[in-house]
Amino acid sequence: MAGQTQINVDLAEAMVTTAPPLADWLVVAPLVIGFVFGALCLMMRKDTGRQPAIAITGLALMLAADIGLFWHVWQNGTVAMTMGRWLPPFGITFAADMLGATFALVAGIVGLAGGVYALEDVNQTGRRYGFYPFLLLMMAGVTAAFLTGDIFNLYVWFEVLLIGSFGLLVLGSEREQLDGATKYALLNLVATTLFLLAVAYLYGTLGTLNMADIARKVAERRDAGPLFTIAAMFLFAFAMKAAAFPVNFWLPASYHTPRIVVSGLFAGLLTKVGIYALLRIFLMLFEVERDLLAGTIAVVAAATMVLGAMGALAQNDIRRMLGYLVISGIGMMLAGLALGSRTGLSGAVFYAAHSMVVMTALYFLAGIMGERMRGFSLREAGGLYSQAPWLAGVGLVLFLAVSGLPPFSGLWPKAFLVKASLDVGAWWLALAILVTGLLTTIAVGRTFAFAFWRERQVPDDETPAPASSKAVVGSLLGLTFLTIAVGFYPEPFVQVTDRIAGELLSPQAYVDSVFPTGAIESEVQP
Amino acid sequence: MRTLIFRTIAPFLSSLMILFSVFVLLRGHNQPGGGFIGGLIAASALAIYGIAFGVSPVRRAIRFHPMALSGFGLLLAAIAGMLSIFSGVPFLTGLWVTPTFFGVPIALSTPMLFDIGVYFVVFGSITSTALALEERERD
Repeated sequence: MAGQTQINVDLAEAMVTTAPPLADWLVVAPLVIGFVFGALCLMMRKDTGRQPAIAITGLALMLAADIGLFWHVWQNGTVAMTMGRWLPPFGITFAADMLGATFALVAGIVGLAGGVYALEDVNQTGRRYGFYPFLLLMMAGVTAAFLTGDIFNLYVWFEVLLIGSFGLLVLGSEREQLDGATKYALLNLVATTLFLLAVAYLYGTLGTLNMADIARKVAERRDAGPLFTIAAMFLFAFAMKAAAFPVNFWLPASYHTPRIVVSGLFAGLLTKVGIYALLRIFLMLFEVERDLLAGTIAVVAAATMVLGAMGALAQNDIRRMLGYLVISGIGMMLAGLALGSRTGLSGAVFYAAHSMVVMTALYFLAGIMGERMRGFSLREAGGLYSQAPWLAGVGLVLFLAVSGLPPFSGLWPKAFLVKASLDVGAWWLALAILVTGLLTTIAVGRTFAFAFWRERQVPDDETPAPASSKAVVGSLLGLTFLTIAVGFYPEPFVQVTDRIAGELLSPQAYVDSVFPTGAIESEVQP
Repeated sequence: MRTLIFRTIAPFLSSLMILFSVFVLLRGHNQPGGGFIGGLIAASALAIYGIAFGVSPVRRAIRFHPMALSGFGLLLAAIAGMLSIFSGVPFLTGLWVTPTFFGVPIALSTPMLFDIGVYFVVFGSITSTALALEERERD
């Protein structure tokens, strides 16, 4: 460090010498905001009265940063910043392309909605257990995972979001929650370890962890190591994270145990991080391996979606049914990854964004339904329509959206995916998507018929139904409105996802943004 | 562990360990040490004090909840990274100033601030765990 002797070194060889434009700070802004406000909430842990205000401010600022970042990337293309002034691949790079920025933006929306919903759903005890600090840290982890450009750093953010999610999962330390959390923690740790092993092999083979650098080198060094094995390990690890068949069993075992807002956020965000990682790694780093694995991924996708929908049909607890619908949606996104065409990827990304919003909204809806029915069992459900017609309306919108029926947001990505499947002659995949749509419609239709249309099953205990607070209703309506808007006016959203698909298929722009001159050739490892 | 010897020695031991933890923290930039190990030493100091005198005297002595200290550390670390925005260099770049106090140059830097943040995070979280475990034992 501060040595007195000045040696003449050309700093430009090792360090960034130009000041990054202020707008580029938007790449790190969401995670810094998350950490700062999470820390503030942690410091005011006992002050449960003021915590929500701080947390909502933090989440709103995060969303604002996400919007700014999205706009910046939309205008100027991929934005990259390498920490600590070191030149990539030595410094850790954060790089936001359209894929990362879009996922971060949707995550920001869902996170804010969750924070608002929690105003009512999470009571004093939950706040004292640290709901808001965990929420902010998890959001920081999720957003940073979408924005990082370094594969080991991605692992770190997975850990950060996992630790946040563990905290949220056991909030209140009830018996059932601990049971769910153990399964969740164990399975996720196995997946994360596999991911870490794969990263280690990759580093051993290519000598770099920077994703853009890997993308440059992997093409010319395909014979250097067992890249196919590494790719398969990544596939397994992230499929586990995303809850794809046959490693999906942890999700239904745990997602119905925590508070409804936590379930909603998990369903919206966590599995999508796995999908994001699959898209990023398989399209940017392992194109050739993806082509080889496409058949496997397609079979996994079809099985995941169909079995997820069948699982949803078999459930009698609304929350469990929603858990299976999350899995079924993961199958849809994997189908897009398996197809790998521009239309398919566009559909997969669109579906992921749609699923983030709709799944969270569905859990919020289930929360309100459960509150009014005093339980989540479908056997005892009934009479909701006469209680709250508006809720039936919202429910109908969300149920149609999740089944992919017009005119809501689920229709368009499914249409893309079916078209992309038929384009390459994978009629069975298209059939699986359509059958899944049918099964999902039956599952949610059954829920709707039981909970809303049927007469009340349990005798009324004469106490008036609890009125849902403004916060709860507001966040649900906000997300529902988004679904309707996307469904009726999909043009701009399709433009975004189409551009994302284009960027994914030609990752050169991403590489160029991280290595602007393209001249820094780090020496090739033996 | 309420023996006379232990209870007599514990306050000295604890204060020495806290002092040592700060020493380890500060020399950590160029020599063995740093925020993590410093935080561990400080947390062990409080654990020893807790074993000797019980948990509530420790909680009174540190005034803030250990988790709050943890949060403070996280905040410091985040601020240390953000300071580089004012110098027009990327996030988390190490910045140095060397003011001179009474003829002695003292090197202050954002890595040091970050390390102090790490110190508090480790100190807070480990103390929190240790105190919780000691509390259970007394039940």
